Amino acid sequence: MRLEKARACVLRVGGTNCDLEVKVALEELGLQTEILHMNQLKKRRLSDYHMLVFPGGFSYGDYVRAGAIWGRQVITKFRRDLEAFVNEEKLVMGICNGFQVLVEAGLLPGNGVSGVPTATLANNSSAKYECRWIRLRVDGKRTPFTKIMKVGEVVRIPIGHGEGRFLLPSEGALKELIKEGQVVFRYALPDGKPAEGAYPHNPNGAVYDIAGICNKKGNVMGMMPHPERAFFGWQTPVWGAEPPEHGDGRKIFEGAVEYLKRY
Amino acid sequence: MRRASDKLSLFTVNLSATDDKDLVEISKSMGLSLSLDEMRYLKGYFKTPPTDVELQSLGQTWSEHCIHKTFKGDIRTENRVVRGLLKNYIARATRDLKKPWCISVFEDNAGIVDFDDGYVVAAKVETHNHPSAVEPFGGAATGVGGVIRDILGVWGEPVANTDVLCFGPLDIRHEELPLGVRHPKYIYKGVVAGVGAYGNNMGIPTVSGGILFDKGYTGNVIVYCGCIGVLPKDLYIKNTREGDYAVMAGGKTGRDGIHGVTFASADLPEGSEELRSAVQIPNPVVEERLKRAILRIRDGRLASGVTDLGGGGISCAAGEMAHRSGLGLDVNLDVVHLKEANLAPWEIWVSESQERMLVSVPEGNVEKVLEIFKEEDIEACVLGRFNRSGRIKVTLHGEVVCNLDLDFLYSPPKVTRKAAQVIIPSARYRLDEPRDLAEELLTLLADPNVRSREDVIRTYDHEVRGCTAIKPLQGEEGGPNDAAVIKPLKDSWMGLVISCGINPFYPDPYWMAAASIEEAVRNNASVGGRRVAILDNFVWGNPEREERMGSLLRAVEACYDLSTALDVPFISGKDSLYNESPLGPVRPTLLITGVGIIPDLRRAITLDLKREGNPIYLIGLTKDETGGSAYFRSKGIAGGACPKIDAKVSKRTIDTLINAMDGGMVMACHDLSEGGLGVAAAEMVIASDGLGLAIDLRRAPSAVGRSDIILFSESASRFLVEVERGHAKGFENLFKGLPHREVGEVEGGRGAGLRLHDLKGRELVLGSSEMRRAWRGY
Repeated sequence: MRLEKARACVLRVGGTNCDLEVKVALEELGLQTEILHMNQLKKRRLSDYHMLVFPGGFSYGDYVRAGAIWGRQVITKFRRDLEAFVNEEKLVMGICNGFQVLVEAGLLPGNGVSGVPTATLANNSSAKYECRWIRLRVDGKRTPFTKIMKVGEVVRIPIGHGEGRFLLPSEGALKELIKEGQVVFRYALPDGKPAEGAYPHNPNGAVYDIAGICNKKGNVMGMMPHPERAFFGWQTPVWGAEPPEHGDGRKIFEGAVEYLKRY
Repeated sequence: MRRASDKLSLFTVNLSATDDKDLVEISKSMGLSLSLDEMRYLKGYFKTPPTDVELQSLGQTWSEHCIHKTFKGDIRTENRVVRGLLKNYIARATRDLKKPWCISVFEDNAGIVDFDDGYVVAAKVETHNHPSAVEPFGGAATGVGGVIRDILGVWGEPVANTDVLCFGPLDIRHEELPLGVRHPKYIYKGVVAGVGAYGNNMGIPTVSGGILFDKGYTGNVIVYCGCIGVLPKDLYIKNTREGDYAVMAGGKTGRDGIHGVTFASADLPEGSEELRSAVQIPNPVVEERLKRAILRIRDGRLASGVTDLGGGGISCAAGEMAHRSGLGLDVNLDVVHLKEANLAPWEIWVSESQERMLVSVPEGNVEKVLEIFKEEDIEACVLGRFNRSGRIKVTLHGEVVCNLDLDFLYSPPKVTRKAAQVIIPSARYRLDEPRDLAEELLTLLADPNVRSREDVIRTYDHEVRGCTAIKPLQGEEGGPNDAAVIKPLKDSWMGLVISCGINPFYPDPYWMAAASIEEAVRNNASVGGRRVAILDNFVWGNPEREERMGSLLRAVEACYDLSTALDVPFISGKDSLYNESPLGPVRPTLLITGVGIIPDLRRAITLDLKREGNPIYLIGLTKDETGGSAYFRSKGIAGGACPKIDAKVSKRTIDTLINAMDGGMVMACHDLSEGGLGVAAAEMVIASDGLGLAIDLRRAPSAVGRSDIILFSESASRFLVEVERGHAKGFENLFKGLPHREVGEVEGGRGAGLRLHDLKGRELVLGSSEMRRAWRGY
């Protein structure tokens, strides 16, 4: 598909607050992007789009559990459409609160749209909201989002969340996830080795230092860090005489755009 | 008081048959916070008994919080009368400076200055002290929510928040606290969580601020909340006309936040637990939705005016909007969405329930506006219609509950306050030079007022919106930048530079205010900010007491002098008086917020060191000015001279520094403030990865003969600057005629830290990790 024909949709509900910066990032790479409130989705069809982003924020206040209400809403209202979207191997991305939504709606870590959460993003071990730049080690290339990156590559991207500790119900579930190559990003030490739970490198205590995962097919990816906040060089915290040209988060979006070009 | 309706809980109050004692009692029992003079004035005005709704309206509108009686009143000193602090000093400075880039000052909900590309910047800073003293989380959160609505109230899109917080010492013993004063630790935890919760949930980065600890804040916590927004200049629409509809939208109206403003306009009493009902309940997600709707209405040019509901609730917002436009308004309270059924009419009228806005909408657009609110899941109602009556008329269930002339409502009797001469403590001090300056520096780095704020900063999202270029913590190791830089526009490199200045410990109120103004400008310049507009926030004790008024007058005098001399106009301000508790008055505190610009934010300067071998310059003269300094306070020493400012030198220094930055000469820069040269140098090293500093105190521009004073004096107008080696000559040429000297250089290599030579030539070495441990605790 020619890039000019591809369309991305950044969804939002009350409390979403990272939609605009995701749109800016995608448009910078030439992908036409629209921000759509869920209330407007009744008039529009998901099938018009090729990429769907659930951005960060505090959807519906996150008053029950982060992402739980929006996750339920997605399943109740758009389950069929979403299933078709995922089955057509279009791209679905969840960032921070969006990742929590994908987990709550059962799009991650499984396959398809189960409607039942099989993992969770629990309160940070530090019991605090954490906003900091961390290092991510690229762990898997199953997903288009890491297509142009190397396994073992270390990127710097900020996090900003209070509930980001990725947990699975059993040791077996973790083994399965690793075996299937669904672990996309892991929190890392400055030397690039996995953080092994060391705070603040692993900022939330996530099991196996997991920062991002994908589904079995790889077309649905969720991550706690915010690549849209590390897209431009001037967004990064360490400048020389001038800021670097690009931020590391850009590569993740570039991977998605490369995929859509071939879709 | 007589019941005036069969259906409603409405009463009339017969003032004509009262004596002074009755009047005082009425004001007190109804929670009006009106003085005897004001009550007498009302008694003379009303020919028929007013309703309780009308009296409450007056109580709200005439409160210190809403109408700033003290700043507008007459101040009598021993030998003169000042007719209006605002008019004669603060606003006069702005008037005298006549800056064409000041678009709206002291008029609307926020000050507005020009930015770039057809956009303007709106800025506002508020205090929320009384609520935070009683209910820290809710008080602080609603403070943030309120100031964000101030920005929405001028059609601005919020892009950054600031917060400056002042607490009592966290280690104070419980036995020292009288009844009704909560422990600073409890207040601290609640306030910090409240500020974070609101900003984070709304998706507005908290990028700048500060935290101060002092006994003078134990009974009176200070919570300053600021918000800065941007908007296209041509969408700053305030043109409410006859026939337009008043549409109220947002959260439901309830009993929370009743009498917030009158509560804030009086001293905190001992039984302040009962006042929890005066504190509003925060719900940031409602405000996030409200923000979306307001901005869509703005972009569609669907409304003729907007204002927020804050202090005084509907009564103040509706009255102000009508009065500003020279109109009247008929309000129907039946349509208001309520949290509970049986609210009295006056409660609906003055409730300060949060997350509500008022827009005026031309007839043809009402449906579209309501549709937008619905799409954003926001409840809205058509509250009334503007007319030419010049009156505010309120009905409920078909009965008129309030009918007031707006000109009368907005012209309270002028107050007169007396100001006493300020007594400045002696500057003499006794302190032997300590033997180990390295130890002194480490102690100072760990001082509660100097140490890192990382544990708080990290709980505030300062990256959301993806527009934060220069951050509160910069460099590989997270050193404290002097100012934040935001990139609000996608297609422009123009940066918005946000800084603060606050020096409440300096013993002379004049120089305390002067230092705060200069510090805000200096911090702005440290990263490359210029064309700075400033905002003032006074927090003082009861102005009806002469000595409090005396120090306020002296501080305000400095505001005029420094604003005009440094060429930085005031664009907005707010005062919070009556900060008194059983422990006495608050430490008089002035916060100055600086809002500057940088034409290309890629050239912004950060504090972390850049290259080994580059020379370090100390700009500015170091004098023996240690009164109220972090050094003296940490040693418990009274006395010491207050840092004074030569405004001409200060302005030339700052202008020259900006020139040097624009010439590409400056690689890193940090201003000298609390803890002086020692702390500033340490912070630059702390921020840097693998680089350190060597500094020779013998080379510092100074006539002082003591190493500890040179290291820790807090003289104004000083910077530490890393200059690109090849530009050293050019840099020195620029600074000819101003105090400056190369005092050392950037060092590299393993274990690079801070290497100091004192006046006797002795070497002191502090390792980076040792300083980091002291400063940030790990």
